[in-house]
Amino acid sequence: MKKYWITLTYIVFIVLIIIPLLKIGSGAFSEGFSGWKDSLIRPEAIHALLVTGLVVVVVTCINTLFGVMMAIYLVRSHWLSRKIKSFLNSLVDLPYAVSPVIGGLMIVLLLGPESIMGGFFENIGFRVVYAFPGMVIATLFVTFPLMVREVMPVLQEIGAQQEEAASTLGAYGWTTFWKVTWPSIQWAVLYGVVLTVARSLGEFGAVLVVSGNIMNKTQTATTLVYQDVENFNVIAANSVALVLAAISIGLLLMMEWTKRRKGVS
Amino acid sequence: MNTILRHKGWIWGFRSTVLLYFIMLIVLPLLGVYFNSFSLGWSMFVESVSDPIAWKSVLLTLKLAVIATLINVVIGTMIAWVLNRYSFFGRSILNSLVDLPFALPTAVGGLMILLLLGPGSFIGSIAESLGFEIVFHQPAIVIAMVFVTFPFVIRAVQPLLEEIDPSEEEAAYTMGASGSRVFRKVFLPSMAPGMISGGMLAFSRALAEFGAVVLVAGNIPGRTLIASVFIYGEVESDNAAGAAAVSIILLTLSFSILWCINLVQMRGRRS
Repeated sequence: MKKYWITLTYIVFIVLIIIPLLKIGSGAFSEGFSGWKDSLIRPEAIHALLVTGLVVVVVTCINTLFGVMMAIYLVRSHWLSRKIKSFLNSLVDLPYAVSPVIGGLMIVLLLGPESIMGGFFENIGFRVVYAFPGMVIATLFVTFPLMVREVMPVLQEIGAQQEEAASTLGAYGWTTFWKVTWPSIQWAVLYGVVLTVARSLGEFGAVLVVSGNIMNKTQTATTLVYQDVENFNVIAANSVALVLAAISIGLLLMMEWTKRRKGVS
Repeated sequence: MNTILRHKGWIWGFRSTVLLYFIMLIVLPLLGVYFNSFSLGWSMFVESVSDPIAWKSVLLTLKLAVIATLINVVIGTMIAWVLNRYSFFGRSILNSLVDLPFALPTAVGGLMILLLLGPGSFIGSIAESLGFEIVFHQPAIVIAMVFVTFPFVIRAVQPLLEEIDPSEEEAAYTMGASGSRVFRKVFLPSMAPGMISGGMLAFSRALAEFGAVVLVAGNIPGRTLIASVFIYGEVESDNAAGAAAVSIILLTLSFSILWCINLVQMRGRRS
């Protein structure tokens, strides 16, 4: 009985995860190493990977900063009433429930060229939608809950006693944060960063709607894969997808490592 | 320097910046969609929703998401069980591989399924000779949804399995219960909250899925066009109001699911 279940589990994993992964690899190298390299050094592929990298860096920085502060406010603040806190807390999860396409649509509706705010920005010569800022906003929207949800439980678990002791002993806000709070949340923050990087790297729906997918301008790696598939350029799609998959696997390993560190400390 | 940093204005500045950021980023866009879909009046909303292509796409999404969720609840519970209860070669590797669909870009996930089952592939050609059609038809959409939502049930059930007190199981065996009876009476009730909340999370994710599905679905209206792809099409053809109308149906559905998950979790915590 036991053997039977283990075999079944292996079959599910092999069929659902391992074979598809190998398939991407063999697809990318189906014309040899040079075929893979040629599709990666296309100017649009390099540009798309750069855009993705830039979005990931910007989004991760902003999201980490605001996510950690939001988590601290939601757990610790005395200046918000309990009811408001629990209401805000339930709002944090909303992006999980929103389809990425709808997330993109929201930004187009709110900041697109025809909207009031979009028109205002357009007049002062600053394009939001179908340009880089819109893509960053879309990705920020999608990744917002990740950091907050990682840091909040740790803050709740460690309690406020040590921080209160520190401020009773005369430490100021910043000192308390760096000396007391930060050491206990650092692994949770790192885990949140890895999750944010993974999610913003792979974000597709929201970015596709917001960016307009303009080649060599607003095309990201994932939307390039999509376009290559639509153009039946399977080898090129595979090559870019292989790079993305390799990065994801690297991130997955980092997740495991930080998870273990989080458990230890 | 320190006296400047300690000024009260800084603290209030920080607080309002963070709250403003939160409201601008999350709340305002959501309200914008609801506002926009009703901006042309109730009748326009009804008209956009009652377009057969629109409501058929929503119904199809619901149907396929339910199938994908049921598959996932069964497979996920089994895998969580095997990974937690048995020790065997490669267990920890499989355990970390569970999260791969989270880490992998959804478009890459879609491409994988396309390669594996598409025309010209080994499985695709076998299925075709047997008269099945997978890619660009409904089975492919279900497979894409199952792939993307794979980790949810497993990750929801695993912590519950770890919490089960071994003495309960031993007591049941000592009193002469058979293996399947112990499973039904001891393990299933303790796993049920995880199966439900994980299943609901998987369901709401499957409803929302776009990247993996758009690559493998044929996107034929009424047959393989799901709601999120429909919304994308409407945005591309500059019909933002129509897109917003279908969006708020999906949004309202997902929000009620999220609310149900919260209820289930709260009840679980209280007991």
